[in-house]
Amino acid sequence: MLAAVLALLVVLVLGILIGAADLGWHRVLGEIFAEVTGGRSPLSAREAAIVWQLRVPRVLLAGLVGAALAMSGATFQGVFRNPLADPYLLGAAAGAGMAATIVVVAAPQASGWVPPAAFVGALGGVGLSWLLGRSAGTGTATLLLAGVAVGSFLSAVQTFAQQLNTETIRQVYTWLLGGLNVSGWREVLIALPYIGVAAVILCVCARLLDVLSLGDAEAASLGVHPGRVRLLLLAAASLATAAAVSVSGLIGFVGIVVPHVVRLLAGASYRVVVPLSLLGGAVFLIAADQVARTIMPGELPLGVVTAFAGAPFFVFVLRSSRGKVS
Amino acid sequence: MSLLVLLAGCASHQPDEDSSARPDTEAVFPVTIGSVTIDRQPTRIVSLSPSATETLFALGAGPHVVAVDSQSDYPPEAPHTALSALSPDPEAIAGYRPDLVIASADTNGLSAALAKTGVQTLVMPDAKTLDDAYAEFVELGKATGHQAEGESLARQTHSDIDKIVADTPKPAKPLSFYYELDQTYYSVTSKTFIGQVLARFGLTNIADGNDPSVSGGYPQLSAERILQANPDLVFLADSKCCGQNAQTVAARPGWNTLTAVKDGQVFALDDDIASRWSPRVVELVRAVADAVTRVNHAG
Repeated sequence: MLAAVLALLVVLVLGILIGAADLGWHRVLGEIFAEVTGGRSPLSAREAAIVWQLRVPRVLLAGLVGAALAMSGATFQGVFRNPLADPYLLGAAAGAGMAATIVVVAAPQASGWVPPAAFVGALGGVGLSWLLGRSAGTGTATLLLAGVAVGSFLSAVQTFAQQLNTETIRQVYTWLLGGLNVSGWREVLIALPYIGVAAVILCVCARLLDVLSLGDAEAASLGVHPGRVRLLLLAAASLATAAAVSVSGLIGFVGIVVPHVVRLLAGASYRVVVPLSLLGGAVFLIAADQVARTIMPGELPLGVVTAFAGAPFFVFVLRSSRGKVS
Repeated sequence: MSLLVLLAGCASHQPDEDSSARPDTEAVFPVTIGSVTIDRQPTRIVSLSPSATETLFALGAGPHVVAVDSQSDYPPEAPHTALSALSPDPEAIAGYRPDLVIASADTNGLSAALAKTGVQTLVMPDAKTLDDAYAEFVELGKATGHQAEGESLARQTHSDIDKIVADTPKPAKPLSFYYELDQTYYSVTSKTFIGQVLARFGLTNIADGNDPSVSGGYPQLSAERILQANPDLVFLADSKCCGQNAQTVAARPGWNTLTAVKDGQVFALDDDIASRWSPRVVELVRAVADAVTRVNHAG
């Protein structure tokens, strides 16, 4: 846990000192020092704006989104007892994508509505999956299947809406690949309350996931109501996912890869896995965003960076951990 | 599908008695443009390119245009349809019984599919330079029996633009600019058509960096780099599509520190004019000239 906190501090500091604008890390350090002590800053007002209004909120937002996706991933995997579960399961991504696309197509000038629409869409997708799953049966497998069906349907609606207006393809496409390049403090303040509340719920209730992993009958005999616990955890994880999606678009692989790595390094107990995934997700996404914003003269879509790093790594983790991860 | 295309082809072989527009008498046919030979003056033209549509109407070929794609919104009298230029449907196009289809790209084997119905397709690729645009005016004139008009339009446009550029005062110190395609900071380098139009004014494009060919000429810039570059002018080609203007730009995080924002040098362009290589490119050149002139007077 201490190592994870240290890693987070390191990527936070590096993320703030080094960015797309070549300010010089020592001058940024001087600016921070001046801000704290009230002294003279080596930076111009414009350079200071780059640090405080672009870079700092972007690094914090990357940390928030990474934490949200990874802790939600760990929770989904525990609730469904399925190592492949991720935060976009249950139609969250498809719902967000559909809502965002509809806003872009119907009112391209109203781009400010994309984040709230994505938020509502993500929650709507999960809600629909849950209602359908409940009406079809009680098992977690039913819920998963309902999520797949809802996801496919909402994606189809999104594609259809897209076809009606091909002019907006790039706008939708950019959003679907995920990124934080237009974010500022506003986005941090939008996402923070939801992700914060969800993080408290998930970390406090993580031990209930350990109880659930014993089996429903076993859990009931220990005084835990499996249905209610699942609903609470899914709701919190979905809320965090929806908040993350609404400010960053769709960023894949964080929710699958990070919990698996944590499990390999720190064991399978969810009391450890959930909070460590939160920290690990923040570290991973801050680092990935650092690559996205500095490796090329322009921006790389963040979703592309996480998939580049995440997909091969995920295969490696799956191969080397066969039998260890249940 | 191919059977349907064939059937549509059979239908299109019937004489077009309802076509009221008469061929020009001075037109000389056949003409050859690239690999396409047009035997008779086309009287039913379908345009799948907004730039070509504007040029056709400017040439006087408008009366022969029977359908234009969904993005061709100028001039207002153009016969607007739901035809898609991005994923063209040969059957829907053949339904207008054209004798010439003009497209900016041969998407999904469009010309081969239309050839089966006996329809010729003239592919006019995106203009990379102003000279490409002038050449397209001439070729479209030739293809539609308005050769003289095409040549005079190209000459006129050429001299109008040269005159506007020559009349624009040269900045005392080199001015830099940021050209915005959308709110995620996609921009154009000097490699692109638009970039070359702006380069005529001797401005420095902040999207060029060390390499104007980066990302095929359409890189996504980062907000940090835009602020660091501190452009003297900001051109917004996302004013109509996405509601961007001087106020929305000033409200972005950190942008209030930019010279262009502080000095009121953020200019909203008409998105459509700024993305087409039609005769209206003169209006784009004039808008840029006005902006440069204002900055010079202010400075």
